[in-house]
Amino acid sequence: MWEALQFEFMQNALMAGLLASIACGVIGTLVVVNRIVFISGGIAHAAYGGIGFAFFFGLPYMIGTSLFSLLAAMLMAGLTLKNRHRSDTVIGVLWAVGMASGVIFLDLTPGYNTDLMSYLFGSILAVPGSDIWAMVILNMAVLFIVAYFYYDLLAMSYDEEFARVRGVPVKFLHFLLLGMIALAVVMIIRVVGLILVIALMTIPPYIAEKYSTSLVRMMLISTLLSAVFTIIGLWLSYVFNLTSGATIIMVGGTAFFISVLFDHLR
Amino acid sequence: MNKPIIEVSDLFFSFNGHPVLEAVNLSLAKGEFTAIIGPNGGGKTTLMKLILGLIRPDRGKVRIMGGPPREMLHRVGYVPQEVGINKSFPISVTDVVLMGKLRAGGKRFRGYSGNDRIAAQKTLEKLEMWKFRNRLIGELSGGQRQRVYIARAIVSEPEILLLDEPTASVDSKGQSEFYALLRELNKSTTILMVSHDLMVISTYVKSVTCVNRVVHHHDAAEITDEMVDSHCCPVELLTHGSVPHRVLKKHEDF
Repeated sequence: MWEALQFEFMQNALMAGLLASIACGVIGTLVVVNRIVFISGGIAHAAYGGIGFAFFFGLPYMIGTSLFSLLAAMLMAGLTLKNRHRSDTVIGVLWAVGMASGVIFLDLTPGYNTDLMSYLFGSILAVPGSDIWAMVILNMAVLFIVAYFYYDLLAMSYDEEFARVRGVPVKFLHFLLLGMIALAVVMIIRVVGLILVIALMTIPPYIAEKYSTSLVRMMLISTLLSAVFTIIGLWLSYVFNLTSGATIIMVGGTAFFISVLFDHLR
Repeated sequence: MNKPIIEVSDLFFSFNGHPVLEAVNLSLAKGEFTAIIGPNGGGKTTLMKLILGLIRPDRGKVRIMGGPPREMLHRVGYVPQEVGINKSFPISVTDVVLMGKLRAGGKRFRGYSGNDRIAAQKTLEKLEMWKFRNRLIGELSGGQRQRVYIARAIVSEPEILLLDEPTASVDSKGQSEFYALLRELNKSTTILMVSHDLMVISTYVKSVTCVNRVVHHHDAAEITDEMVDSHCCPVELLTHGSVPHRVLKKHEDF
């Protein structure tokens, strides 16, 4: 592992992994406690449209995909506002339409020759330095927003109706949360790819919830767990020459099953 | 005569084209303790949400302390039905109670003030829940959790307290303690409570509000023939016929 870190791509991979872990831990926690995993899956897949959009207009990945995913997330937020926990059909449609639009965009892009697989399953070893900076900025934005609205988000996540009675702007927060999920998704796609985003967003918070006494602690534990999964996954993928995104998810999945087994034995 | 603390006038509400509440007029005085009864699907929870301003009526209006509900909610405490709340949520008893101190736009970044924490402590002590302050909410029993939700509702010292089936998950011993507590709170707070429990109606409340698409307010804590005739009582009450009715009448004759 240490000799691998001499390579710049390996340093970038590690940085990208750690930065994505922060987004995973903080936003993944909100996704899990709000039970909007399916909505997040919809945003993650709609982000594929963003990848196509970025290529078609010749924009950098981070900018093009962020813009498109934010737009898709706002649309999703508007359509799921009435019933946050049960809007399956609408989400399913956006999920598919987002992906299809990505394919069409790429069809229409002249001289297109990018490896699609790298976006579906991640390409952490090919993260350029500019993306690292974009991830730093996105992370800072997400952390600032979550810190600013922490008590409102906590109240909404725990008991939405009571939060509304106390004057918490629940509708606005729904849009805000889905927007932040979109940004987190764009970052995490770099690490594990859009198909595996949901796993990295939900496994660490699922495990962390059982050892947490507060939402902020759940965010911290989730961040640490996803950092550990990312580092171990990267190392295993280097040693055994495996696809890094999939290896990271396998590490997380193994931890998930161990934690479930542990609960049953206890 | 005093101005009513809650006034609902000529209110209509429908859901997906089906009328839920029709021509509702209700006026409650300060210090009232009313039980809202009626069959399932009769509109009890809907009426409560309309009073809270969580949903808007098709026609008519709601006034709380003379103003629209959305502007008066900081003077209202609310204990929702517990069914939808995630029990594995990582939150301590104190943090749940502090939620009652949230105000629109008030807690950004700074978090809760020392005064908020003192108020939370006093409320928890009053409800004998201070020793559980650091416990996770999911570890408590149904009755203990209910006390925490009451604490959350009253920590802001509201003038009106609304409760939606508050004893659904509380055992019978816990229930009588709980109602004794509500009676104590009623000395300074107007209380509206959705309830299925007839014992409560005979022992603790001051009036009964029947909700079954239409709303009738009865200024006595009893079930009358008129209420049974107008089919506004819970189904289980109707099938039990006149038994609770006779008991209540006798009680009043003393």
